Amino acid sequence: MMHGLTDFVGSLWPEPLRLVLFLVAILSFVGLNAAYLVWVERKGAGRFQRRPGPTEVGWAGLLQPIADAAKLMSKQLIVPAGVDATLFRIAPLLMMSPALMSLAVIPWGRNLAACNLNVGLLMIFAFGSINVMAIMLGGWSSRNKYAIISAARVVSQNVAYEIPMLLVVITMIMVTGTMSLSEIVTQQAGAFWHWNFFRVWVNPLMPVTFLIFFTCMLAETNRAPFDMAEAESELVAGAYTEYSGMGFGVFFMAEYANILLGCALATVLFLGGWQSPIGHLLGDGQSTLGILIGVLWFFVKMYFLVFSVVWIRWTFPRTQFYGLLNLSWKILIPVSLVTLLLSSAMIKLFHQ
Amino acid sequence: MKNSLKEIATGFNSLITGMRITIGQFFKPTVTVQYPHESLKMPERFRGHIELVRDPETGKAICFACKLCERACPSDCITVEGAKLEGAKKRSVTHYMLDFTKCSLCGSCVEACRDGAIRYSHEYNLASTRKEDYIMDLFKRLEDERLAAIARGEIIPTPAPVVAQASPPASSVVGQASSPAGSPGVPPGASAPAAPPATPPARGAQNRAAQAGEAASNQLAH
Repeated sequence: MMHGLTDFVGSLWPEPLRLVLFLVAILSFVGLNAAYLVWVERKGAGRFQRRPGPTEVGWAGLLQPIADAAKLMSKQLIVPAGVDATLFRIAPLLMMSPALMSLAVIPWGRNLAACNLNVGLLMIFAFGSINVMAIMLGGWSSRNKYAIISAARVVSQNVAYEIPMLLVVITMIMVTGTMSLSEIVTQQAGAFWHWNFFRVWVNPLMPVTFLIFFTCMLAETNRAPFDMAEAESELVAGAYTEYSGMGFGVFFMAEYANILLGCALATVLFLGGWQSPIGHLLGDGQSTLGILIGVLWFFVKMYFLVFSVVWIRWTFPRTQFYGLLNLSWKILIPVSLVTLLLSSAMIKLFHQ
Repeated sequence: MKNSLKEIATGFNSLITGMRITIGQFFKPTVTVQYPHESLKMPERFRGHIELVRDPETGKAICFACKLCERACPSDCITVEGAKLEGAKKRSVTHYMLDFTKCSLCGSCVEACRDGAIRYSHEYNLASTRKEDYIMDLFKRLEDERLAAIARGEIIPTPAPVVAQASPPASSVVGQASSPAGSPGVPPGASAPAAPPATPPARGAQNRAAQAGEAASNQLAH
């Protein structure tokens, strides 16, 4: 019996080659997703408003993202006079790269992570804070007061939402007892009631914890209804006002890459990652076929969450800024503190 | 504490309600019309630019160039010419130009017409970058439609009284099309060479038909 794809790949190629293979795969995966999530978003927006969305370019508008990319790339990259040109150019890259790096530790299937760190969760949140700085840099180096104001709002928003998010993640680390993402998924083996989402005997508030995580993920990735950074209907493009062409395009792609990362993380932490919700029907999860089916389950869960993100965007109007901060400081932080205390007490009392 | 819990509960409930509604809309069919590929049928009383009305039997214009519409038009956009063709009882229109650049769609011409010979068209795809496109030859438009209708076999071509013997050169495309031997469904040009000029019995029948049409239009008018 073969012990998984990576062992197979590893037997053929040495470690550096395997890493390059994974990174190229991740880069192309993120690139494709960033492009086609825009298509999903536009199609979804259309369907939610009972119109068909893009239809003209390619079958069902499937070539639309390529047309968009060609348009953005053919545009001139304008660097306004008097800006800090270095920072201005670095900011989009700084926004994109943490998402790419964090995706390296996501286990797509059994043994299928580019880099199986035992502190993967820590690494993701360490890098996750960088994109706040990227937006701040982008706003600040644009030498545009509106961009700076918008960037400042993003910072206060992300700081506010990082707290409940981290509290939730600490709860999860206590419940699972590990920071390794593969280990967290392995613990959720079996049918769906083994998933962390349904682990109510450890913490009866587990579904609430998931909702807090998901809400914070929306706010961290600056998605509607928390899209203060780039409120396209009210501000011009918020912190990205001065960016043109592919500079703006990279910010745009980074937004989708971050959504992808957030949904992948939510899948790993709460929805059992690559584990099948109905147990193993084909293979035992160890064979190559089992691993591929696991990857399929991972994508099903992840894209369901991505769809929910689109669904939420086209359902709720944008919150006002104080509403946003009220939600975080008055509701999410107290509730996530309660879940933290409750689960630590329950672990101490019943599960030791 | 109790209040804030209640607020959370009602707020969460309203979020769920909203998402349920949007997902319901998501799975319903779309309501938009993909305009260049498909378009809506205009309602019966849509007021587009004017057009000449065909006599349903002969397929020719009811209009006999009385010029009431030309006089009624406040912006002088209509030019009508008519002639009494040989053998016909009435004048008939030979030239009807509408300068749509000046038309304000007031409808005075349609009101002035006593015979119901002009009406509003349902045409609305009128965008153009050239002014000439708005100087419309409504008479030609009507003749084109008539020829198309003959080609489709919707109306049976009956030759105009003038055509045959009086002035063969004057029989233009219209005259050829309405040769008696031409069966419905045959394109007008095709039958013309083979068909002999109208014979007297046939002509009698045509005259009767023309008179019937005339009577119908008179009834319509009064």
